[in-house]
Amino acid sequence: MQIFLPIADISVNLFLLLGIGGVVGFLSGLFGVGGGFLITPLLFFIGIPPAIAVATGANQVVASSVSGVLAQVKRKAVDFPMGFVLLAGGLVGSAGGVWFFARLTAAGQVDLFVQLSYVLFLGLIGLTMFWESVVALRRANRPGGPIRRSHTHNWVHGLPFKMKFRASGLYISVLPPLAVGALVGFLAAIMGVGGGFIMVPAMIYLLGMPTKVVIGTSLFQIIFVTAFTTVMHAVTANTVDMMLAVLLIIGGVVGAQFGAQVSGRLKAEQLRILLSLLVLGVAAKIALDLLLRPSELYTITPGLLP
Amino acid sequence: MIRAALLWLLSALPALAASEDIVAGLSQNRVSITADFEGSEILIYGAVRRTAPAPPGALHVIITVEGPSTPITVRKKERTAGIWINRESVQIASAPSFYAISTTGHLKDILTETENLRHQITIPRAIRAVGISQQARNAPEFLEALIRVRASDGSYRLNERSVQFTQGTLFRSDVVLPANLTEGLYVVRIFLTRDGQVVDRIERQINVRKEGLERFLFNLSRDQPLIYGLLSLLIAVVAGYGASAAFRLLKR
Repeated sequence: MQIFLPIADISVNLFLLLGIGGVVGFLSGLFGVGGGFLITPLLFFIGIPPAIAVATGANQVVASSVSGVLAQVKRKAVDFPMGFVLLAGGLVGSAGGVWFFARLTAAGQVDLFVQLSYVLFLGLIGLTMFWESVVALRRANRPGGPIRRSHTHNWVHGLPFKMKFRASGLYISVLPPLAVGALVGFLAAIMGVGGGFIMVPAMIYLLGMPTKVVIGTSLFQIIFVTAFTTVMHAVTANTVDMMLAVLLIIGGVVGAQFGAQVSGRLKAEQLRILLSLLVLGVAAKIALDLLLRPSELYTITPGLLP
Repeated sequence: MIRAALLWLLSALPALAASEDIVAGLSQNRVSITADFEGSEILIYGAVRRTAPAPPGALHVIITVEGPSTPITVRKKERTAGIWINRESVQIASAPSFYAISTTGHLKDILTETENLRHQITIPRAIRAVGISQQARNAPEFLEALIRVRASDGSYRLNERSVQFTQGTLFRSDVVLPANLTEGLYVVRIFLTRDGQVVDRIERQINVRKEGLERFLFNLSRDQPLIYGLLSLLIAVVAGYGASAAFRLLKR
């Protein structure tokens, strides 16, 4: 059954969209990630214009993050002051990203930039995660090795404008969280992702936050930044396709619940290796598209260059 | 008085004898794009009306269906530092979003180049590409690429010998409109040619519009983008909250 998407102006199979939402939702429930980094490239692959894929991807991330944050709030695993500082940075980054995205679209380089960002960030994160998991697995098999401290003092703790974050047990400068938030907001706007895959490692290794509040706090920030990004894209470029978003969300929220149930049966280290392989796979696919000679060298875009 | 009328009639007769005109109709003159729109098929039918016996030479029919035109930017990828990047671009003043030609014979046999120029019938003629040669080294290649890309996705079609012409008077043709239609006014032109010369032409219009939910969402996104954006958010929040609440209930 075909369904016509009013903003994307194309007709797509209904079950294909529900399926994409479902599979990505399943993976996001399984690994505890937002899934934006999978949804947006998949939408590219089925022929949704990049600008619409990115804006609608951001809308889908709002739904999956709302679904996830409620459980975290109940567990008191959200550091609200830290969340607000990250959010302040995130809104600035997102506004900058939406502006930059419009400039790139005008210059005809938006596909390239989005693809390069995906290859760079997914490749980097995938490799780091893969390496960490391999090391962790080895250590688990060989007890008695050195244990790394989760919270170490580094250059971050020497910066001014310090603030107390009780839930995280931190007394640090607001500059690093602002910068992390801004970077994530920027990526949300240009890649249509929540940015959890950048923010979670940054919160643990850069800010030294305890793991128990990391997921909840990052989800809190992601909801508001992706919500802001969605509205910005809708207002500046009319690129949010509500029909597409609803179908992805329906598939996604159902898939996420099943994923969450399966994830309880797998070990954390195994999960992380699987996730890192998935991330690397997506990065490799996009990199190949850039490196191999495309079958059609020409692309056509309605409208004139400004 | 009578003589004058007779004289006029006599002088008009040769013109009348040469004239053959088309009467034609469409199976529908509006197409609604609704959520389950999968494309549409339009039947174009007609007849040749004559006031005198047909002159010698084979009669042919050419039918064009043209979607709303927009300016187009065509970009070419080149290998730069190992990756394929959009480099040169050419702007084409106006190209139809959809263009289908159906004929009773091979176009080059039934239409002269002068008549094609005058009526802009073939696909390259329907595209207005003025002054593109200054924009890139191989500007005509960009134009060919535009036609190639649009032909491969079904937007530009040339269906030679697809019009059925019976007894030299009745003709019919089915034109398939694809699912990825742009809304707007579609112009149907029917040409009657003899020996490559256009004998008569008529124009009909098809109004292609988004309807129902499609219309509502599209208008809202353009007229009230802020409300549209907030509504998208509301749906996302309700769906996210609803799903986790529903599954909690199910687990109990």
